[in-house]
Amino acid sequence: MLHAFGYWVTLYRRTWRGSIVINVLNPLLFLIGIGAGLGALVDDNAPAQIAGVSYAAFFAPGMLAAAAMQNAFLEGSAGVARAAGFGAYRSATPTPLTPEQLAAGHLLFIAFRVLIASGAFVVVMAAFGLISGWWALGALLGATLTGVAFAAPAAAWAVGVRKLRHIDTVFRFVIMPLYMFSGTFFAVSQLPEWIRPVSYLLPLWHGVELCRTLSLGSATITGSFVHIAYLLALAIGGFLVARITYRRRLHP
Amino acid sequence: MVNERPLVEVRNLTKIYPPRGSTAEFHAVDGIDFELQRGESFGLLGPNGAGKSTTMRMIAATSPISGGSLRVLGMDPMKQGPEIRARLGVVTQDDHLDNELTVRENLHIYGRYFSLPRTVIRERATRLLDFAQLQEKAGDQVETLSGGMRRRLTIARSLINEPDILLLDEPTTGLDPQARHILWDRLFRLKQEGVTLVLTTHYMDEAEQLCDRLIVVDHGRIVAQGSPRELITRYATRDVLELRFRLDERDTAAEKLRTSALATGGNDTDGRVELLPDRVLVYAADGEAALATVHAMSLTPLTALVRRATLEDVFLTLTGRSLIE
Ligand SMILES: Nc1ncnc2c1ncn2[C@@H]1O[C@H](COP(=O)(O)OP(=O)(O)O)[C@@H](O)[C@H]1O
Ligand SMILES: [Mg+2]
Repeated sequence: MLHAFGYWVTLYRRTWRGSIVINVLNPLLFLIGIGAGLGALVDDNAPAQIAGVSYAAFFAPGMLAAAAMQNAFLEGSAGVARAAGFGAYRSATPTPLTPEQLAAGHLLFIAFRVLIASGAFVVVMAAFGLISGWWALGALLGATLTGVAFAAPAAAWAVGVRKLRHIDTVFRFVIMPLYMFSGTFFAVSQLPEWIRPVSYLLPLWHGVELCRTLSLGSATITGSFVHIAYLLALAIGGFLVARITYRRRLHP
Repeated sequence: MVNERPLVEVRNLTKIYPPRGSTAEFHAVDGIDFELQRGESFGLLGPNGAGKSTTMRMIAATSPISGGSLRVLGMDPMKQGPEIRARLGVVTQDDHLDNELTVRENLHIYGRYFSLPRTVIRERATRLLDFAQLQEKAGDQVETLSGGMRRRLTIARSLINEPDILLLDEPTTGLDPQARHILWDRLFRLKQEGVTLVLTTHYMDEAEQLCDRLIVVDHGRIVAQGSPRELITRYATRDVLELRFRLDERDTAAEKLRTSALATGGNDTDGRVELLPDRVLVYAADGEAALATVHAMSLTPLTALVRRATLEDVFLTLTGRSLIE
């Protein structure tokens, strides 16, 4: 598994500078935009509805979790499908590495990437005074777990995908709508009542809640436990299925 | 070296691909048997879709077998896949190089997959780049390599673990003649060094040059086996006369030839006439004599060529089809 991970690290060593710049710039621009524009507008008009904190403080951890989801999904789907079709998995298949190790190595790398990107995000949040202390570490791990909870099932599915446009479709019609219904931009309590139970079932909602409560310092043991258990179940379940689908695709 | 166990033992091996979408299940390999001895250079010759790559994948322990039995290096590929793969060198039909990495990095990463120490990899990589004549390209992105260079790199890479058996799936398909000759030279060198080779090909000249022994495969079954020479002697004549006729004369000429002594052996042993879309082949021990007979029949071919029989003719004899459509 570590040798499979090593391949991705070798690639990453080429591009890490650029990718870290992007990792920092992205949240920076987002938070400046929110702080200066949209946030001010929201704070003036609907201050009571989002837990009595500034919109930036509310929105930033939601965005942290959603960005982790998006990065992890893309690498776990398009990245995996490419590796399985003509990339790294193909060159590694005739070696002693097993399909299971290739899955584990790649997922480990995705977790590492999400950790770095989320780390950059959290640092920017801290610079804006939106998070501090040990809570920051908690939110960082929460975001990474959110990423893996998406990457593992995505990889299990994508390793068998032969047409990359299928991934585009899923991204557009599954991942993007999750933003809307998971309390990323606005609280689920602002949604119509009948739709809220659906939100509570969405994995991104658990990721957002986990990160948000940790970052606002309002996390409870039970609440966090439920979110973590849900996300862990997705990650582990995804990996168990991936073991089967990877073998099916790579050892036909 | 007395009674050493074969490196590969294949018994009644079958592979059935499960149905996928609208395609039904498919018997890609349908009961084949052979053994591979150390130091041998063994070939699988057959047209596209014959099941060569499938057989190679099963030997390489990257595809589960559906039936029969298979031992590779004395081990069971279904149970000891990683152990077997650790001792094989594999060149797959398509080059699966890591395009974003440099030539040397490709060797390095690959060596790491075999858990080789970095110092060992470094030393072998330098030697293998030499062997593959890619020293100057060591620092280049793989993307920039020509087809022949990619193939040589793939072969170099497959040798990083000093394998007991080297499996080559269509090593020169798609290369230009010059690149093929360079590659043949490299493979011949390996063969001289005593490396055990298994290769698939649909080029007869390749099989004739590189294989000590081969099986001819069609529709997942063995249709003939032996050394290239044996096969040619058994299933073809020494010479082949290739005739081309004007389109309007072709059918009558072919008919005449088919009913002549040339087709039945007659004065010659083992004569035969094959009708191909673009030409007529006359198999004869003495091609020149056969041509004289053709002229004596007052047939006037546009072109006439006498050549030695090849494995292509063997395949044609056995299946009535040519190897490359
Ligand atoms: N993964 C697969 N799933 C289903 N059918 C396959 C698969 N791989 C190969 N086949 C089919 O099996 C047959 C033999 O293929 P292959 O072993 O690649 O032949 P060859 O290498 O001799 O050209 C072909 O008809 C091919 O379409
Ligand atoms: Mg093939």
